[in-house]
This record gives sequence, C-alpha cells and structure tokens, in this order.
Amino acid sequence: MTALAANAGPGRWWRSRTVRRFTSHHLALLGVAMITLLTLACVFGPHLLPYDSLYIDLRARFSPPLTGDHYLGTDPLGRDVAARLFMAGRTSLLVAFFAMLLSTLIGTLVGVIAGYRGGWIGAALMRTVDGFLSFPSIFLLLALAAALKPSPAMVTVIVAVTSWMEVARIVEAEVRSLREREFVLAGRMLGLSGAHIMFREILPNAMGPIIVAATLTVAHAILLEAYISFLGYGIQPPLPSWGNMLEGAQQYLDSAPWLAIIPGAAITIAVTSFNFIGDGLRDALDVRDDRV
Amino acid sequence: MRGFLLNRLSQSLILLLIVSVIGFFVLNLLPGGPLAQFGLDPGMTQDDLERLKEQLGLNRPLFIQYLDWAWRLLQGDWGHSFRDGAPVLAVIGRHVLATLLLMGTSTAIAIAIGTWIGIRGATHRYSLFDYMATVGAMVALSIPTFWFGLVGIYIFSLQLGWLPAGNMYTIGDGSVLNYLHHLIMPSIVLSLVHVAIWSRYMRSATLDAISQDFVKTARAKGLSERRVIMKHVVGNALLPMITLAGVQLPSILTGALVTETVFTWPGMGRLFLDSLGYSDYPVVMGLLMFSAILVILGNLIADIAVAIVDPRIRLG
Repeated sequence: MTALAANAGPGRWWRSRTVRRFTSHHLALLGVAMITLLTLACVFGPHLLPYDSLYIDLRARFSPPLTGDHYLGTDPLGRDVAARLFMAGRTSLLVAFFAMLLSTLIGTLVGVIAGYRGGWIGAALMRTVDGFLSFPSIFLLLALAAALKPSPAMVTVIVAVTSWMEVARIVEAEVRSLREREFVLAGRMLGLSGAHIMFREILPNAMGPIIVAATLTVAHAILLEAYISFLGYGIQPPLPSWGNMLEGAQQYLDSAPWLAIIPGAAITIAVTSFNFIGDGLRDALDVRDDRV
Repeated sequence: MRGFLLNRLSQSLILLLIVSVIGFFVLNLLPGGPLAQFGLDPGMTQDDLERLKEQLGLNRPLFIQYLDWAWRLLQGDWGHSFRDGAPVLAVIGRHVLATLLLMGTSTAIAIAIGTWIGIRGATHRYSLFDYMATVGAMVALSIPTFWFGLVGIYIFSLQLGWLPAGNMYTIGDGSVLNYLHHLIMPSIVLSLVHVAIWSRYMRSATLDAISQDFVKTARAKGLSERRVIMKHVVGNALLPMITLAGVQLPSILTGALVTETVFTWPGMGRLFLDSLGYSDYPVVMGLLMFSAILVILGNLIADIAVAIVDPRIRLG
C-alpha cells in the first residue's frame, strides 16, 4: 500500500493528500454512499421484508409496485420483486467482486512478468492479451458459458477469464517504466531474486493503477454477468441475479414494465457507483488518464 | 510505407495465429468437443461415435488436430451447420449485412454526436456543459445496453407507438423508409455507450491539439477562433480517433449481439444466440472465429488509414 501511504504522516493516514483528494471528489463519495446502501440493503433487506424471495403468492401475480405489501410488485409467479432484487444483488455483487479479485490476480501476474522480463516472454504474453481482446467479450463468454456448467462459481471464473486483459496491459506498461529505475537496479546489485524484485519491490509501486483498474473491473464484471444471465447462459434460476431477473421481462414489457425497469435500474446504479469510485481513486492516486 | 505495411501485416498474422489457438481451445471445451453435433443424433451409438472419432482423426495428438482444423479454416471449409446442413460461411454470410448495417449506422451516430460533445467540452472546459458531459458519459457507460433497449421499446413503441419494437422490416413492405424506420431505435441504443467513449477521447484529443504550437501560430496569424478550432484543432484531434474506431470494434460487436437480441434484428448476434440454443456448435465456432478475424482486419485497416493520413507514423 505504498501508494496510499506515501504522503501520510505516521498515524494520520486520513489526513493524507490521497484521502483529501478522494473525499473532495463528490461523485466518488456519492458512489461510496450508494454502494454502501445497496450492500446493506442486500445483506439485511431480505430479513426485513414480509416475503421470502422464493415464496409464490399465486393470488398476487403481476401486482404493480407500491400496491399492498409487495413494495416493488410481484413477478409472473407472484414472487416478491423487492425480496428477489436484494437476493439477486447478493449474487450479482459477490460474483462481480470475486471475478474482480481473480481477474486482477491473473492480469497483475501476466502484466508483472511480461513487463519485467520483456523479451520474447513479454512479447508472447502481451500478444496473448491482444488475442483475447480480439474476441468480442460476449461471444467468448457465451461460448464458454454454454460449454461449462454455469454455477455461480463457474460464472465468476468465466467473467474473470474474459476480463483480465485490461489490468494486464496497465500493469505491464507500469512495470516496464519502473523496471529501469534506480531502486530496481539497487535490488539487482544486492542479488535479490527476480521474483523478489517483481513482487516485493516493483509491484507495491504499481498499486495505484491496479487499484483503479480493479475498481473499474467490478463495474465491468457486474455488466458482463448481467449480459450473460439476461441471455440465459449465466446464473440459473431459481437463484436470482439482476441479469436473470430481466430474462423473461421483455415479454411482459407491456403489462408489467416494472419487471424490466427495477432490476435494470439496480444494475445501472451499482455500475455507475463503481465507475464514480474508480474515477475518484484515479484522481486521488494520481493515475494517468488513459482509460475512459 | 512498405516497411510499415509489412510490419503491421505480420503483426496481424501473428495475432490471427494466437486467436485461432484460443478458438481451437474453446472448440475442444464445448460439450462433446468437435463431435458434439453427432452426439445429439439419437441414431448414433457410442460405438458409432468411437468409429467416427477414428475416421475424423480425433484420436490424433491435439497439435496435429489443430493444424488440420486451421488448414481447413484457411481453405474456407468451416464445417456445416447442424441445423440445416448449409456451409457455416454461407450461414454467416446471410447475417453479416444486417449486423454491418446496424454497426455502421450506430458508429456514424456515435462519431457525429460524440465528436461534437468532445470538441465543445474541450473548448468550453470546466463549463456546466463540460461537467454534464463528463458525468453523463460515466452514467451512459454504466447502463446495460439491453436494458436501455427495453426502456426504449417501452417508451417509444408501447407507450407512444412511434417506432417498431423489433425486426428489420415489416413483412410485405420492402421500402427503404420502412428499413430506416426499423433502424432508428436499435442503432441509437447501440450507439449510447460509444457516444460516451467517443466524446471522452475526442475531448482529451482536442485538448492535446489546442496546446500545440501550430495552434498558437494560427491564432497569431489572426484567424478567427472558430476557424482555428475547425481547421487546425479538429483535423488533428480526429487522427487518433481512426485508431479508436478500430479498437472499439469488439465492444461494438458485443453491443450488437445484445441489441440484436432485444430488437429481434436478424444479424450475427442473434444467429450466435440461436445457434447456441440449438447446440449448433459449428456455427458458434464459426462466428467466434469470424468476429475475431473481423476485429483484427478492422484494426489493420484503421492503422493503415492513419498511416496514409499521417506521414509521421509511416516514416516512424
């Protein structure tokens, strides 16, 4: 966490320039607030609502929102949309979070090795990154999801496997520029192993861009999971996710538009929040602006 | 120029090689592997499958199989659709135009609107417009394309009745106007994300160009600010955008797949989903490889175009 602590006095990290800059970024704070609220709602919401997410209330099918005690209405089976939305949030946010961890891990590993080693190893690794980037991500995602049993864990892995390339590129560029610095040379003179220099000396100095990329990857992963679940190849019912709640929504668009509008709004809010936070972190950590 | 071309071409060929290895890996991951289309046939017993495996050479080392598969791809033998037995390339060919039409229209929209927002944001930096455009772009990037499509259908088809909710044309009406009418909503939906991306890049490219010396010279010559911006700044800012158009290709294709599904648009994206539903793996694999090749070609063309326009690049 060198990048975070670099300009903080001992014991006063909250007064550091990084924290000050982040807290003066209003959109980033809004993002943090919305994600906190959304997470709390997903953790505690299902316990506070009168209906379970799987309870089928046949007499109350297709109730619109704000009528009776189904606050966000019900779906074609009479299940409570609010309860399903929060349970779905758990699935979608967890899948996105773990997909981010895994893809950041893969991307960092590939990026550090490619950037530090360079030569033909670096070239081969980076051309592989380009190769993966040549596929439209959803084509690759769907083909993999159709091939493998789409359990939540597998969806996480598939999303990670198709979204690590951006991190790899960022880390590779960062490491390549750090490789020639004096402290790396000093490390070599001291006879430190390549792995030690790569992961203990260089990597901590590249944390800023990695943290920013990881935050934006969460946003990206929520979208990818929603896409494949919406198309029916992601998280499988009865386990709800924001994407698969939308799966059948189109055919009821005329009679029950809330089935489409509510989960989509939740996705948009979550993704926007993570993008805001990522933007704030980029300002706060002084990361060059080479991504939108 | 020749050196640049050769260098760039060989890079594309290497990329093609890597893409084909990834594709081959996915093919072998699919349930039943390359034999999947026969495994679904109830007339096939396990013995038949084994015999077929032997006949088709699927018990050979993977490396030899890969060479064989890649060689047949090169010759244009992409296998046959499991659904109607038509050659995969012919099936894809029937759907390419619809997708290209959708992608082309929405790219044109994205370029027109995004360029305007970007230039205005850069020339009126930190204004209310600039701030709104920045926040708007971040929100636009966060909206799932399919959801934006659904909301569009709800408002403009179901509530207002202005635009059709799907399909490429009304059956029995092949007029150009009818096609255009059906094209409006899907292309706008698909362009949203790219308007956002385009405007952000255009803004920073314009800011870069404004601070260059030749702009100072143009101002010093006494040209009007409008002329300086339109002629000297925008021309230079648009250069890196050619590359961006190439880089954005995979994401436009991804968006097209989702948009086509929502609007029942008969393009490659819908074909891909339909084929997945039918376990028509030869077509799935064909589309996967075809889209990657399209992306590599698109990037190659964009790079060559930049080199033609900008002598700094081809001369290194």
